[in-house]
Amino acid sequence: MPDDGGRPVGLAKEPTGIPGLDTITLGGLPKARTTLVTGTAGSAKTVFAAQFLAEGIRRGVPGVFVSFEETPEDIRNNMRGLGWEIDAWEDEGKWAFVDASPRPEETFIAGRYDLGALLVRIENAVERVGASRAAIDSIGAIFMQFSDTAVIRQVLLRINVAFKRLGVTAIMTAESVTDYGEVSRFGVEEFVADNVIILRNILEDEKRRRTIETLKFRGTSHQKGEYPFTVIPGEGIVVIPLSAMELKQGSTNVRIPSGNENLDEMCGGGFLRDSIVLVTGATGCGKTLMATEFMAGGAREGERCMLFAFEESREQLFRNANGWGVEFGQMERDGLLRIDCMYPEVASLEDHLVRMRRAIEEFEPDRIAVDSLSALERVSTVKSYREFVLGLTCSVKQLQVGALFTATTPSLLGGTSVTDAHISTITDAIILLRYVEVLGEMRRGVAVLKMRGSMHEKEIREFRIDAEGMHIGNAFRNVTGILSGSPQQYVPYGDLKRADRMFTG
Amino acid sequence: MGHYTLKLYVTGNTARAERAIRNLRRICEIELQGRYEMRVIDVLERPQLAEDDRILATPTLIKRLPPPLRRIIGDLSDVEEVLLGLDIQPLGEISA
Repeated sequence: MPDDGGRPVGLAKEPTGIPGLDTITLGGLPKARTTLVTGTAGSAKTVFAAQFLAEGIRRGVPGVFVSFEETPEDIRNNMRGLGWEIDAWEDEGKWAFVDASPRPEETFIAGRYDLGALLVRIENAVERVGASRAAIDSIGAIFMQFSDTAVIRQVLLRINVAFKRLGVTAIMTAESVTDYGEVSRFGVEEFVADNVIILRNILEDEKRRRTIETLKFRGTSHQKGEYPFTVIPGEGIVVIPLSAMELKQGSTNVRIPSGNENLDEMCGGGFLRDSIVLVTGATGCGKTLMATEFMAGGAREGERCMLFAFEESREQLFRNANGWGVEFGQMERDGLLRIDCMYPEVASLEDHLVRMRRAIEEFEPDRIAVDSLSALERVSTVKSYREFVLGLTCSVKQLQVGALFTATTPSLLGGTSVTDAHISTITDAIILLRYVEVLGEMRRGVAVLKMRGSMHEKEIREFRIDAEGMHIGNAFRNVTGILSGSPQQYVPYGDLKRADRMFTG
Repeated sequence: MGHYTLKLYVTGNTARAERAIRNLRRICEIELQGRYEMRVIDVLERPQLAEDDRILATPTLIKRLPPPLRRIIGDLSDVEEVLLGLDIQPLGEISA
């Protein structure tokens, strides 16, 4: 009976330490097994392989890297940029290379052979450093070096058996021809097919998008579907687990000031802490102002505030805030504000998300504003954007801090944006800012559309902006159609009388 | 015609290893009388040497001298290929 024959589901897993991967694999890679990692050229297979070992070493687990493709020198150099000092680990006896890269000298084939020496070298390296992780990268290259495929398959099979015997958790990378097609082109799935992970590098609407999918783990469970990931200098692969994230945040009735007293009133006494507020409106109708006041309101309470700005430069933000009576400079000096400005185009959405998460981790803010979320729409596909919004929302919710996101609607009067569609159900409150045309004059209106867990005003109130910020006044009483974007004056029968009564009573 | 430095890597005491050693001895005796040094290395006993020479397949014959460095893989039963690999114009009669 094979040693794993009768074992029930739920095989032991080895946490990889690769951010996000352990979440989607429900704990890591199957322990003392080999997992096949396939992907097209440029899908970050080598990085994955090296990171699997690097994270192992961080956890005190030595590893062996078998390279069929690049020389150890190339790998050391390439991985240095990701923050892994492989030569230092080699000196400390934590990392061993088995260099099986093609030799520069001419090679002649004069008779039958096997690849037994490779197996011996790998076993020797595993024993020498006491490895319990190994990576083989990539088996496609060995099929280029030797023509006898039966011999290659045989040695790969024997290597797998040896890893199992030695208790080594391993990954083996292989090239696939297309992102969606056969798992690999060498027929090796047959014996390492128990566990397969696919890396993809897809071109979608002229934008590159990396995803990772656990195709199967025999005898143990995993999250299904593709998850986006990114490769970050100084860090390596970061998987964004999105839907695998748990929505386990608690809820609270604690109120935090929005930074505007009138708005607090409309919201039934302020925003709820642990809630995400979406402020949506056309360009120039006061979203940045609302984000600014949200920051200022936090700082007044001694809260740490973090503003992610994707539309304006630092100087512009400071100038704007100044024009509304808010001193960002002082807030920064007090250590209560951190502003993070970046143009959406400088990075992919996945990179933005990871960077924002890291900034949040570093600064540990009590409240967060993003101005605007919709600026990021233009640098990505709809799918990436949806994932980004979801990922950001999940991370913010887990932190249980107050957050305010702004979104720009494409039309000046009314209308909704893609952001609204993706985020409206996961935000706790939605505030609409609208231009309202009344008798040939542009005025501004604000309404609280929804507010989870709280009563709120249903009226659309008029507001104006001056050097002290936003002033919210009375409701528009005789205008209809503001939300739909076609405001109309209306004076129904007897309305004037009713209005009189309301103002006097 | 210089002096030949030859290393033959084998894995264990197998029939294939024996055949490779026999084939190499015969070729050397006929073509390189007295002008060669030959060393047989068992990968199982000396894995570090195999590591240093980057041996994957066995048997592997490495010719270090005279240059250029050459690597000949297999049990050396294809004599023509071995001679080509060693840069030897055959003098005598060798039949496989």
